[in-house]
Amino acid sequence: MTLQTISIKSRLINNPLIKKVEWTPVNIVTAIILVMGFFLTIARFFGGLGTVTNLDDNNPWGVWIGFDLLCGVALAAGGYVTSSACYIFGLKRFHSAVRPAILTAFLGYALVAFALNYDVGRPWRLPYPVFYSPGTSSLLFEVGLCVFLYLNVLFIEFTPAAFEWLGLKKIRSFVVGLTMILTIFGVVLSTLHQSSLGALFLIAPSKLHPLWYSGYLPVYFFISSMFAGMSMVIFEGSLAHKYLHHKMDDTHLSESDGVVLGFSKAASFVMMGYLGIKLIGLAIDNNWHHLFTGWGLWFLFELIGFVAIPAFMYAVAARDKNVKFARIASVFAVLGIILNRLNISLIAFNWHLPSSQRYFPSWMEIATSVFIVTLGIVVYRFITAYMPILYEHSDYKHDNSNQNANSHDD
Amino acid sequence: MTITRRKFLGWIGGAAAGSATLAGTVAHGASNKEFKGYPGSFGVLHDITKCIGCRKCEQACSEVNAMPAPNKPFDDLSVLEKERRTTVTTHTVVNKFDKREFDKSATSQSGNAEDSGDKLGGDKQVINSSGSLFVKKQCNHCLEPACASACFVNAFKKDRTGAVTYNESLCVGCRYCMVACPFNIPTYEYDEPLTPRVMKCTLCLPRIQEGKLPACVEICPKEALVFGEREELIKQARMRIQKYPDNYVDHIYGEHEMGGTSWLYLSPVPFNEVGMREDLGKHSAPELTAGALSAVPIVVGLWPVLLTGIYAISKRKDKIAQEEQKEAVAKVKEDAQEQMALKLEELKKKMNKEREIAIKTEVKKALDQAAKASEAKATKLSEEEQ
Repeated sequence: MTLQTISIKSRLINNPLIKKVEWTPVNIVTAIILVMGFFLTIARFFGGLGTVTNLDDNNPWGVWIGFDLLCGVALAAGGYVTSSACYIFGLKRFHSAVRPAILTAFLGYALVAFALNYDVGRPWRLPYPVFYSPGTSSLLFEVGLCVFLYLNVLFIEFTPAAFEWLGLKKIRSFVVGLTMILTIFGVVLSTLHQSSLGALFLIAPSKLHPLWYSGYLPVYFFISSMFAGMSMVIFEGSLAHKYLHHKMDDTHLSESDGVVLGFSKAASFVMMGYLGIKLIGLAIDNNWHHLFTGWGLWFLFELIGFVAIPAFMYAVAARDKNVKFARIASVFAVLGIILNRLNISLIAFNWHLPSSQRYFPSWMEIATSVFIVTLGIVVYRFITAYMPILYEHSDYKHDNSNQNANSHDD
Repeated sequence: MTITRRKFLGWIGGAAAGSATLAGTVAHGASNKEFKGYPGSFGVLHDITKCIGCRKCEQACSEVNAMPAPNKPFDDLSVLEKERRTTVTTHTVVNKFDKREFDKSATSQSGNAEDSGDKLGGDKQVINSSGSLFVKKQCNHCLEPACASACFVNAFKKDRTGAVTYNESLCVGCRYCMVACPFNIPTYEYDEPLTPRVMKCTLCLPRIQEGKLPACVEICPKEALVFGEREELIKQARMRIQKYPDNYVDHIYGEHEMGGTSWLYLSPVPFNEVGMREDLGKHSAPELTAGALSAVPIVVGLWPVLLTGIYAISKRKDKIAQEEQKEAVAKVKEDAQEQMALKLEELKKKMNKEREIAIKTEVKKALDQAAKASEAKATKLSEEEQ
C-alpha cells in the first residue's frame, strides 16, 4: 500500500511541470503582499531609508534589525538544534524532522540576508567585511562572517533534497557523506553568531536598560536560541500538519508526535536553565530594585509570561504526552523569543530618551517585514510541494540513516 | 575590572570552556595593558563657564565642511531654546541649559583673578546675566572609539593626531557605529537612496595637517575652546580647577569617560545637569566586547572536539547495545538448546524407563501365562493319568 502511494508521489514530483496556481483566498492575499513588497522595494531603493522607515540618528536600528535579523536568526535555530540532536547525539527518532528543520533554517537565514539588503545603506558592499576590509574587532563582523558561512553550510545540507528531486544520485551521495562535518560546523557557527547577536549590545551599556543589559547577553542569546529552534520546529510542524499533511509519509507521521514530545521535554529543561541564568544575571548586577519599576513589570511579563509559563506547559505536555498542549506552548515560546529580541533591540534600547525621541516603526517598515516573511512561506510551500522534505524519496528510503549511500547510476 | 570579570565568567559558562577562556583573554581586556591615546595627540578643552552661546563655532563648522546654509541664520539665537543634537548637516551644536545652583559661586568669584600669567581661567567673565550655561556638542574623538571598535569594515580609524576619521569608501551603511556611540554623535544620510554616508565632526583633520586650528576653535571669541596636546590640556584643566575651585566641579569630563576622549570639558555644575551623561563608566568600548570576542577561538577549537566526542560516545553506545543484543540473543538460544537437550534426555530416560517397565510387565505376563499354562497342563496330565 504505502510503497505504491510513494511511487505515485515520486512520479508526481519527478514531473518537471509545475502545477498551475489556484486562486484561493490565501494565494490572493499572498499575491497582494508580494505586489506591495515590490512597490516598497522601489520606494526603499529610489527614496532611501528616510522615505520608508521611521529611523533617525538616535534610533539607527528598527524592526528590520530587531525583527528580521534578530528574531529571524533565533527562530531559524531549529536547523542546528535538530540536526545535532539527530546526528551528533544519536537521537535517530528525530530523523524525519531534520529535513524540514534544515529547510526552514536555510530559508530563514536566506531571508535574513535578503532583508539586510533593505536595511544597510549600500547593500552591494555586504561582502566587504568578509572579503575586502574585515573589521575583526567588531562583533558585527563575527555575526556577518558566521551567518555567511552558515548560510553556505545550510545550503549544502539542504541540497540532497534538491538532488533527489532532480535525480542526481552521485553528487547527492557525496553530499550526504558530508553530513557529520556539516553538522559540527553548523553547531560551531551557530554558537558563535547566535551568541554574538546578543554581544552586539555589549558595547552600549549606557543605552540598554540594565534589566536587559548584562555581561551574559551572549550566553542568554545562545541558550535562548536552543529553545527558540525547538519551539519553532514544533510550531512549524503543527502548521505543516494542517496544510501539508498529504505530503507526509508514514515515517514522518509516525515520528512526528515523538519529535514534538521529545522537543517539548528538552525545551522545558533548557527554558528552566535559561530562567536560572537570567536570575543569576539579575543577582550579579544587583538589579533587583529595577524589578519594582514599570520596566521591571515589563521584564517580568517577558520572563514569567513567555518563558516560565511555556516552560511549565512544555513539561506538562511531555509528562501527559499531550501533543496539542505542546503546540500551544510552542506559540508562547516563539512569541517570547520575539518579545525578548524586540525588547533588547528596540523597546528597552534608548530607554532613557524622552518619548518624543523614541522609535516606532512606520507601516512601510512593518509591511516590508511582512513581505519578507511571506516570501519565505511561498518558497517553503514551493519546495515542500516538489522536493522530498516531509517524506523520504523512494529511491533513498533506506540509506538516509546509512550515510554511505551506494552510488549507482540509472 | 568587575565588569570584565563578570563578562568572562559568563563566557566560561556559555562556552563550557573554563580555564581555556581565561587563557584566551590574556591578549585582550583582562590584561593590564591599557591604551592611553597616541602620545602627543591633540585635543580640545571646552570650558563651559566661558561659552556665551554665540553659535559662531556652528557657523565656522558649517562653512569649513561646505554644508548647506540652515533655515535660520547662525546669528538667530532662538534656536538655542530647544536642545539639539548633531545632524547630517550640523556636525556641532551649542545647547543652552538654565543654571540654578551656580549663582552663588559665580558672584563670589567674578571680577578678580587678574593674574596676568594665567591666560586661561583668568578673566572670568563667568556666567552671563541671562544665567544660562552653553555647552558645545560634537564628536568627542574617543581615545578608543566605540564607532571604530564596532565598525565591521574598519571605516573608522583613530588618527595619530587624535582625530577619529571616517572612510566613506568602505562604509556599508549598517549604522552599528551609531548604536555603539555612547554620545549619540554619528548621523546618517537617511534620505540618500544609494550612497548614504555617516556624518560627524572630523576634528578638522585636513586643517590640522595644514598646521591650522580646527575651525570652531579658531573662531571662538571667548577662548571657551582651547586646542592643544591632550596631556597639556588635562594639566591646564586641572590648574583651572585648582585655582578656581568655586567655579568648577572637580571633574574633567573626557579624561576617563569611555576610556578617555580627545575633547575635554570643564563645567561649573555637575555634567549631567548640562546634558552630559555621567554614568558611562571608564571602560572603553573594546574592553566591553573583548570578553565576547576572546571566546570565539575557544568555541572554534573546543566545540568540534566535544561534539565529535559526543558523537563517538553515542555511536559506541549504539554499537555496545547492538553487541549486547547479539550476545543476549545468542545466550537465549544457547539456554534454550540446553534446556531442550535436558528435556529430551529426561524424556528419553522416562521413555526408557517406561519401556523397561513395559518389557518387564510383558515378560512377567508371559512368564505368568507360561507358568499358568504349564500348571494347567500338569493338572490336566495328572487328571488324565488318574
